[in-house]
Amino acid sequence: MAALADTLGRQETAAPFAIELRGISKAFGPVQANKDINIAVPKGTIHGIIGENGAGKSTLMSILYGFYKADSGQILVGGHPTPIPDSQSAIRAGIGMVFQHFKLVQNFTVLENIVLGAEEGALLNTSLGKARQVLKSLAQEYGLNVDPDALIEDLSVGHQQRVEILKALYRQADILILDEPTGVLTPDEADHLFRILRGLRDQGKTIILITHKLREIMEATDNVSVMRRGTMVATVKTSETSPEQLAELMVGRKVLLEVQKTPPVPGKVVLSVENLRVRDEDGVERLRGVSLEIRAGEILGIAGVAGNGQSELLAALGGMVKASGVALLNGAPLPLAGPGADGQSRREAGVAHVPEDRHHHGLILDFAAWENVAFGYHNDPKYQKSALFMDNAALRADTERKMATYDVRPPIPTLEAKNFSGGNQQKIVVAREVEQNPDLLLIGQPTRGVDIGAIEFIHKQLVALRDAGKAILLVSVELDEIMSLSDRIAVMFDGQIMGMRDPARTDERELGLLMAGMTGENAGAMKKEAH
Amino acid sequence: MDRLPRWADLTLVPLVSLLFAAIISALVLLAIGQSPTEALKVMVDGALGSPYGWGYTLYYATSFIFTGLAVTVAFHAGLFNIGGEGQAQLGGLGVALVCLSLPWPHWTVALLAATCGAALFGAAWAAIPAYLQAKRGSHIVITTIMFNYIAAALLVFVLVDVLRPTGQMDPASARFPVGAQLPALNDIPGFNLIFQRPVPANVTLLIALAMAVVVWALLWRTRLGYQIRAFGKSEAAAKYAGINPVRITIIAMLISGGLAGMMSINNVMGEAERLLQNSSEGAGFIGIAVALMGRNHPFGVVLAALLFGFLYQGGAELGLWTSIPIEMRIVVQGLVILFTGALDMMVRMLLERVFGLFRSAKAVRAG
Amino acid sequence: MDYATLLQVLDTTVRLATPLLLACLAGLYSERAGIFDIGLEGKMLSAAMSAGAVAALTGSAWAGLLAGIGASMLFALLHGIAAITFRGNQLISGVALNFLASGLTVLIAQALFRQGGRTPPLTGEARFNPVTLPGAEALREVPLIGPLYFEVISGHSVLVYIAFLIVPLTWWVLFRTRFGLRLRAVGENPAAVDTAGVSVIGLRFAAVAITGVLCGLAGAYMATALQAGFGREMTAGRGYIALAALIFAKWRPVAAMWACLLFGFFQALALRPDVVQAVVQVKVPVPLLDALPYILTVLVLAGFVGKAIPPRAGGQPYVKER
Repeated sequence: MAALADTLGRQETAAPFAIELRGISKAFGPVQANKDINIAVPKGTIHGIIGENGAGKSTLMSILYGFYKADSGQILVGGHPTPIPDSQSAIRAGIGMVFQHFKLVQNFTVLENIVLGAEEGALLNTSLGKARQVLKSLAQEYGLNVDPDALIEDLSVGHQQRVEILKALYRQADILILDEPTGVLTPDEADHLFRILRGLRDQGKTIILITHKLREIMEATDNVSVMRRGTMVATVKTSETSPEQLAELMVGRKVLLEVQKTPPVPGKVVLSVENLRVRDEDGVERLRGVSLEIRAGEILGIAGVAGNGQSELLAALGGMVKASGVALLNGAPLPLAGPGADGQSRREAGVAHVPEDRHHHGLILDFAAWENVAFGYHNDPKYQKSALFMDNAALRADTERKMATYDVRPPIPTLEAKNFSGGNQQKIVVAREVEQNPDLLLIGQPTRGVDIGAIEFIHKQLVALRDAGKAILLVSVELDEIMSLSDRIAVMFDGQIMGMRDPARTDERELGLLMAGMTGENAGAMKKEAH
Repeated sequence: MDRLPRWADLTLVPLVSLLFAAIISALVLLAIGQSPTEALKVMVDGALGSPYGWGYTLYYATSFIFTGLAVTVAFHAGLFNIGGEGQAQLGGLGVALVCLSLPWPHWTVALLAATCGAALFGAAWAAIPAYLQAKRGSHIVITTIMFNYIAAALLVFVLVDVLRPTGQMDPASARFPVGAQLPALNDIPGFNLIFQRPVPANVTLLIALAMAVVVWALLWRTRLGYQIRAFGKSEAAAKYAGINPVRITIIAMLISGGLAGMMSINNVMGEAERLLQNSSEGAGFIGIAVALMGRNHPFGVVLAALLFGFLYQGGAELGLWTSIPIEMRIVVQGLVILFTGALDMMVRMLLERVFGLFRSAKAVRAG
Repeated sequence: MDYATLLQVLDTTVRLATPLLLACLAGLYSERAGIFDIGLEGKMLSAAMSAGAVAALTGSAWAGLLAGIGASMLFALLHGIAAITFRGNQLISGVALNFLASGLTVLIAQALFRQGGRTPPLTGEARFNPVTLPGAEALREVPLIGPLYFEVISGHSVLVYIAFLIVPLTWWVLFRTRFGLRLRAVGENPAAVDTAGVSVIGLRFAAVAITGVLCGLAGAYMATALQAGFGREMTAGRGYIALAALIFAKWRPVAAMWACLLFGFFQALALRPDVVQAVVQVKVPVPLLDALPYILTVLVLAGFVGKAIPPRAGGQPYVKER
């Protein structure tokens, strides 16, 4: 706390903090999500909390909103110790939360959503009448204009978010927490949001902005706290820091995992993609014209903050979602929609895929290991005994072999996938895909939730596959993984590729800025603006 | 909370559920002033105490194996086929049309053709809900319920206005030709040493057992079964692996409907020897209880079908020899479905707690 | 078909639509709160038996009604425990409870009365008798409207009028009260209700309890008004027709009334095939009339007659996410 007080200066904050967390810790099993977190947010400020995915930001905010109970520590609201066992207590304490995934009833009107849970009496008319009045004045005060009678499903995402903010204000929240609020917004909408937030601050509200985007922190906040691996590493005034410093604080000086590899010997082009576009179910364009090439014998790493289109890139190339554009595999067209744009056709064409999410996609958790080894390759002739039957014995023998080669523990083919540790599950998936000897391997988050030993092993396998003259598309949110494995690095931001870099001639700082959507020039501009 | 060991999940959960169902059934009997032990004795004597009783128990079990397998196959694809009843009735229509169409020279030929007819009609009746689920997202539970009622109405129409011989009063088809009558167990050499009096259990029992093996092989030995199970476990993962959801939904339901339809060779061809109204007598619904109790495994289904065969024959005996109404068996059936299908989490939590106690006791001793 | 026959058919329509309507509104509360209920049939049946039995024992139709509601609520509570507390499969629970009701009603009726699972015939005060509405006799001679009022609208039991009054009441509760707002919200997005600090479990149990009450009314009407006593399986699939009507009406109360009247009309026609034949000049098989509600519902489900979008959170147990 002393460090913080030094930074902010005692005299400036003579008034009690809007919110103060003291020594908050929270563990999920063996994982320490929050370690002794101290943070104090002065009244009437916008306070950013920044950190990589999994740094513990969301856990901390969930504790603040009564979703989790902290293992230890204290919450003070307005200077008073305030236990927050549930959301209702949080609301009573004047805390409002705007979730990343909105909690709105789609076929209700704006008014109905706003009064839900905060009605005036048993009859709706009075509540709705009052809300209409309040809404009108809120619109005037903060520029939060929304048609009160519109259905939520007819509103744009940006307007839906405004409804969430209005919900909190209607409950007279003084402290507003926004969890990754711009993840779903267009840049224009994001700018508008920040104007609204500044307006709220100027009216005396306190705002906590959780994000992993540096640009937003620089643009919108007064103070910023940086989290890394469950701890709060620093709290600084935004005007006294720079994106470079924050990037460094976020990432930390991690020990780079040494990966032994020789210089690449790129061969012919295996995959070329031009103007690849993907829309999600809501019609939002998630991939906005990506073009790239991967050659035999090289690893192309895709760096980027999660949610900037990397998942869609993998899914489109893996045949899981429809896309538009042109893709060629070894010179032959790779269908992106319609017949032939499915996982089976991809595998037959020589594209293997280690998906980002092994629990939901890569494995059937209730299946035994040997059944998972055939997953996606169940039509492969080597696993068939006859036209009708699969050769389960051969499959089991194959699994045993793969388990031995990849040192999967315990080496029991009949054990269900859910009973292996994360690292061993991932080894099963990697073994399945890599041993298929594909021309192109798509691999997402190869080492997420995987222990050090398995990380090294998986990295070695990828390098070996590359040295065998195969093309690899690697997506990872771990920058050091991208840097140590890739032969070329493409940085993605907002569904587009911001730039290509040679790993030998770049550093984490430069990549971090690209990941935040800043090329060289506008990074400088941003700094000036912040000062 | 500790996870249950696999063996306990596979055996203890259904057994404890059954125990709960039995206890509550006993309480129901006590409440209506009957003796549970006396009732159990009558049931065991009547259903298992003589070859004659077994002849009925096995007859019922045969139907239940088919419908239980039908529900099982759909369950593995993540689909709840509640329409076994309608599919079975349509299967009966298929059997009747086949049996009445030709003067069959020998029952083996007739059986082969009737089996195809039954499966085809049952599958056809499942095809529409399957298509609507796969292509238009109509909830298969609701559509199959609706199809049960449409089937019932269709059969009334067919029996009254089409298949009923002129001059006959009751809504039923004509009697099947002699060449389309199946041998009962008492007609089969070897079996006739045990079953010396005529029993309804017939050669269809062997087909049912064979189908259990076929379904097992299908689900765990073929590519199709592999895809059905993978799709049922995780639609998202199936997409990743390139398994076509529309294709699997429709195929699984066709197999399910075909199996439900096939039960009709047991009751329509093997027993009634003509098509009657409501021929399936609720066996399609019992398939749900059988599949749940049998943990959706064909061998479990066979065991559960035997149990329900016992329950049905025993229940009939209760109706004959005691003042306990035959509906007692529906109560037990409801309780079994409730505990194994809807309150399984309660049973599991209970068992987990018991196992937890054992473990901590062990830990204390070890410490 | 002459006017008198039409009025007869319409009169029967109202009688037959009433239990459908009550059950349909019952299902509406539950499903609007996100709990699928295919156990309407079982709840109606248990209520019919209890109402018939208690009315026979006490000689009071009102006592029977209360007993019917009590029995139905017991089943509703069981469904709630399975579906809400233990987050079990709502569909399987409904199927199980239907069987349980089907068996238990006969068992209990037989134990009580020993009349083959029936309750004794009800007479006098043990039944809800027809009520003649004011002015019905006086207006009877007025052309067209008089007979319509006398034959179709007047002369039903009080439960019929209650059922039709519950339609606007339900609309009002659903769309004009705090409870209705929360009920609809919990069926669409329970997380929205939860983060607003309202208990999802409490709301869902309340909805399930209302379903119990309304199914109780429906069952009691079957045994003590439509017929004079309980007979085995007397609901004869009406719970499922009500479910079909609910889908057909797209979970809206007033539309539910029209759907139930339509399906009741089919049932009334099925009783008068002669009338149907006289009107359409072709012999229409009675089973086709029986099946019409189900066929229409399938068409609705398939999206051929407007898309039926069920409450979004229907059938899924609510698990608090982080």
